[in-house]
Amino acid sequence: MSVAIDTGLGLTVRGLTTLFNTPRGMALAVADVDLDVAPGEMVGLVGESGSGKSVTLRSIMGLIQTPGHVTGRVEWGGRDLVAMPAEELRRIRGSEIAMIFQEPMTALNPVLPVGLQLEENLVAHMRLNARERRARALELMNTVGIPAAERRLNEYPHQFSGGMRQRAMIAIALACSPKLLLADEPTTALDVTIQDQILKLLLDLRDRLAMSVVLVTHDLGVIAGTCDRMAVMYAGRIVEMGTVIDVFRQPRHPYTRGLLGSVPRAGAVRTMLSSIEGTPPSLTDLPAGCAFHPRCSFATDICRQERPPLLSLGNERKAACFHHDRVAAAEAIL
Amino acid sequence: MQNIGSGALPLFSFVLRRILQMIPTVVFILVVTFVLVRLLPGDPASAMLGDRAIDADVKRINASLGLDKPIPVQFLYFVKNVFTGDLGTSIALKLPVTTIIMQRLPVTLMLTLMAALLALVLAVPLAFLAALRREQTADAVIRGTFQVGLSMPVFYVGILMLTVFGATLKWFPVGGYGDTFADRLYHLFLPALTLAFSFSAVLMRNLRSSIIGVINAEYVDFARAKGLRPRIIMTRHVLRNALISTVTLFGLQIGTLFGGAVITETVFAVPGAGRLMIDSIYGRDYPVLQGLTIALAVLVSLTFLATDIFQAWLDPRVAR
Repeated sequence: MSVAIDTGLGLTVRGLTTLFNTPRGMALAVADVDLDVAPGEMVGLVGESGSGKSVTLRSIMGLIQTPGHVTGRVEWGGRDLVAMPAEELRRIRGSEIAMIFQEPMTALNPVLPVGLQLEENLVAHMRLNARERRARALELMNTVGIPAAERRLNEYPHQFSGGMRQRAMIAIALACSPKLLLADEPTTALDVTIQDQILKLLLDLRDRLAMSVVLVTHDLGVIAGTCDRMAVMYAGRIVEMGTVIDVFRQPRHPYTRGLLGSVPRAGAVRTMLSSIEGTPPSLTDLPAGCAFHPRCSFATDICRQERPPLLSLGNERKAACFHHDRVAAAEAIL
Repeated sequence: MQNIGSGALPLFSFVLRRILQMIPTVVFILVVTFVLVRLLPGDPASAMLGDRAIDADVKRINASLGLDKPIPVQFLYFVKNVFTGDLGTSIALKLPVTTIIMQRLPVTLMLTLMAALLALVLAVPLAFLAALRREQTADAVIRGTFQVGLSMPVFYVGILMLTVFGATLKWFPVGGYGDTFADRLYHLFLPALTLAFSFSAVLMRNLRSSIIGVINAEYVDFARAKGLRPRIIMTRHVLRNALISTVTLFGLQIGTLFGGAVITETVFAVPGAGRLMIDSIYGRDYPVLQGLTIALAVLVSLTFLATDIFQAWLDPRVAR
């Protein structure tokens, strides 16, 4: 499902740039990212470790602290989250926009009962009395499929299994019925079967609560199974964007092509998995021109000198490659 | 909301287990005290009678104190007496040791308690400030000042405090111990501050580094992402987790604090258990020394117990 972009509703990110002042120089973790998320839409953000996808989420949420610095605009309901005073941002965080993290074992406070960690979210944003909060907490535990909710609310994170812990974190994030959920690799730390359950839960919640989701992952399979649109990040920049079907059918950036080639496929003829040569560049010392050129088999002189702009290719499709036509025309990866 | 938690049952059994564990500790304390006092050079009889005592008198006195009996028998009597609250009679003061200790120990307890509170009041906010402004001016000033506090011996800090706030500025009395509660608080303030100075330095440094560790934890980010108020993030999520290791240190340092009280009480002429201990060592007042050692050792073990319980309350994983 792809919903037309409506200004004022949904999330509009423009020119989001996040710099970290490190001992080895300025690290450009996120560079000039534009991203739109329509109401009810599920957008995937994919890339290798260090490609800036998690930092992008944290920058949207305003979680970046010194030595990090965020510029650009994050528009939400007509307001700019980047320029907003801290207290105003606090009221939006957790109520309108919520976030879940990769590892619930470290993202949940180990010394507080799960129920308290859920209810404190309600205390921060809603006027409910203790009984109403408890009722809401029970309701949320049921929503995310945690059995014996009454007892489990009093338990601590270490008493939960990995999957249940992730469900608990989702319940906490959903406490105030957010309109946008930022999910930072929510299934990476889980077993494959549990992973599937959590993704189904997210999809189901998206539909039931009419919530937008930005799903960060390095797993293309996860994106394929859940998202409407996707953006591929490399060295802090979005290098390709489009509907999941389009991007999977015909990648227009060599990096995306490489990522797709490294996914094992069941049923296909047994061939060697291709991998992308080389390693991602250091963010404090990016190559000139296109950051991907040292690893790219399509690269020509212009790639070494100029950075390719993120070009609109029609039908919500964008790619930052001088040779997107050659990439598109190249033999199918399968 | 703070009371949510079924942690009550594991906590209860943890406390019970922990109390049972104190039994061997107490037995060990009794053995060590008994042996140590008998290893001290000199004997009480000659201490009472002076250098020119004749053997017959020494024997008579040793017999009256039960010191002529075999050591194991002495020990059994000793244990029986301790458990009936009879710690013997002071050789120097001719009063029951229990009475003397009950007079002196509360003074030291109050001094130590005040010092611990002052140390916390100093350490917690400053540790926060230093951690939040780490590697900046405030951090450097706080750490520098405490470094000085940590490097100076307690008696020297005490004399400085006496000179500045007592003798020169005359804000506080230079010694002694008041009659009413308020008066006692007033008298004990300087000695307590002296003790608190180095104690808070230890606490501050430890708490500062654990706050720095906790503040970057993902659950703190999650707490911020939930839109919690900064005060709640700092207390419930940062301070509570950071305190876990500091509480252990606090407990361990209480013993040191009692030791510091001995010196401080001497400098400030406070009639507490520390002074009593010094006097009884010089006077070879075995029964008092023995009683005091037992009382202090039991107190320290009780502090450890309290520390462990508090820690189990802070961190439910401890009580598992």
